[in-house]
Amino acid sequence: MSENSGVAVLDPPVQEEAAAPVRRKRKRHKHNLAGYGFLAPWLIGLFAFTLIPMVYSLYLSLTKFNLLTAPQWTGLDNYVRLFSDERYLQSIKVTLLYVVTSVPLKLAAALLVAVALNRGLKALGFYRATFYLPSLLGASVAVSVMWRQIFSRDGLVNQFLGLFGVQGADWIGDPRYAMWTLVVLSAWQFGTPMLIFLAGLKQLPQDLYEAAAIDGAGRFTVFFKITLPLLSPMVFFNLVLETINAFQTFTPAYVISNGLGGPIDSTLLYTLYLYLKGFGSMQMGYASAMAWVLFAVIGLFTAVYFWSARRWVNYAD
Amino acid sequence: MQTKKKNSHWRAHAVLLVVLVAMIYPMVWLVGASFKPENQIFSTMNPLPLAFTIGNYVNGWTATGTSFTVYLSNSLTVSLVTVVANVASCSVAAYAFARLDFAFRKFWFGVMLGTMMLPFQATLIPQYAIFYQLNWINTFLPLVVPYLLAYDAFFIFLMVQFIRGIPRELDEAAELDGAGHVRVFFSVILPLLKPALLTTTILTFIWTFNDFLRQLVYLSDHSRYTAPLGLNAFVDRASGSSYGGMLAMSVVTLVPTVAVFLISQRRLVEGVATTGIK
Repeated sequence: MSENSGVAVLDPPVQEEAAAPVRRKRKRHKHNLAGYGFLAPWLIGLFAFTLIPMVYSLYLSLTKFNLLTAPQWTGLDNYVRLFSDERYLQSIKVTLLYVVTSVPLKLAAALLVAVALNRGLKALGFYRATFYLPSLLGASVAVSVMWRQIFSRDGLVNQFLGLFGVQGADWIGDPRYAMWTLVVLSAWQFGTPMLIFLAGLKQLPQDLYEAAAIDGAGRFTVFFKITLPLLSPMVFFNLVLETINAFQTFTPAYVISNGLGGPIDSTLLYTLYLYLKGFGSMQMGYASAMAWVLFAVIGLFTAVYFWSARRWVNYAD
Repeated sequence: MQTKKKNSHWRAHAVLLVVLVAMIYPMVWLVGASFKPENQIFSTMNPLPLAFTIGNYVNGWTATGTSFTVYLSNSLTVSLVTVVANVASCSVAAYAFARLDFAFRKFWFGVMLGTMMLPFQATLIPQYAIFYQLNWINTFLPLVVPYLLAYDAFFIFLMVQFIRGIPRELDEAAELDGAGHVRVFFSVILPLLKPALLTTTILTFIWTFNDFLRQLVYLSDHSRYTAPLGLNAFVDRASGSSYGGMLAMSVVTLVPTVAVFLISQRRLVEGVATTGIK
């Protein structure tokens, strides 16, 4: 567009009229060549590592496949079997519980800390960086190993509770609590959404706050009537991203349960079960069906978010 | 008014510091515990070792039968190659999306955004089957090659946003001087894109270094194991015994990423804050 305007300045308008169609065609052709030339690596990758595998995965999900022998067509069998697979249903239960608890908790922590930081505090840079660090390291095996130790029977958490005379549980070993250690681990990584909230808070118009102060609005009123509505696009953005991420959580569940999803499948997150089916017992057709269901569920969540956004996300133009 | 404001700042600092200490304490404890003799690790909350030992590191380093030197150098190899591949391929694609005008650009841009939402599990199994056919299992190729082809659309998007902020007059001036797209890309866009390239470099390094599932799936020989896999092998072997070595090796695998973070934290935090990130 503005590239064309650069050319137009060079050409006298009279000539332009006669020669334009030909030149424009050649120009367009040249642009396509350059555009697709620069795009080529991504396009090849898109087909090789995303589109073709997705089609292949859809096909595999309709077969019995163990990698070593050719896939055997079984139609919708895998999908039907999913819903009578007790462990699968358990993994859905665990995953949904994990998503609907960890995401709000993480975003609430992120928002609270961001608002607390957004008051022109000294040492803001130090706080920001330190709060951000866990979300950068949180996906590592090492942090999961650490988590397993601090929530073990005689770990740090129970020693702390012991100071108040409380006898803590065996958090990792007890099926009632094991999943909650994963939720806490997720909330511990609130740094990324916090940074995004902070960036949003900095851009809020100050005059509204001054007006509210003149009207004598209290801190809570200001937060719920001004800050939160103005920040709703950021809340939406973080909600979508964190939900997608939460559905994909694997490492902590794997490490904390020794790769089994225990105790009694209480930490059997969806991706962990998919891994166990696909790479543990080599039921790759079945695992592909699981992947497609997950894809559909994430799509559904995202669609609901976008649909509901009209009601609660405030786009001030 | 002035003093009231100062008071509330003190309160804010106090609350924030408590939260911060609670968050960081486990990591401080981890580092301290890794220098404690085995029998003192769980006996106290105090992170400072009463008796300082580096025995956990010495024993842990080779406890899985393969040295952590191997694991770490494998991890560094994979991470550094991924960084270079990712920065190069994503910046090229981003230039096309942000600056070039070609047929179906909007369509492909939409597809690119769509792939950002795609859960990686959707392609995990078929990719594995394909790489298996290619005989790439137990090599680094499945981990690295996708990034040569701009696999992680998130970084393309990050760079597109950044390039859009670079004034077009600069490209146009170069074009008037007879520069083609290749020269505009290398001599105008790339130098100005540096902050985004840096954010990409740091995040790609840390995410690749800490990645677990893909490495777990693709690498099966201890000689090919990366640091997370080595640590995981240690956990499998150790469960119940040798906590000291396990904690020490956890610290070891965290060192590279924490070091990168410390060196780059100011720029990184700015970059994340302004671009909005996973």
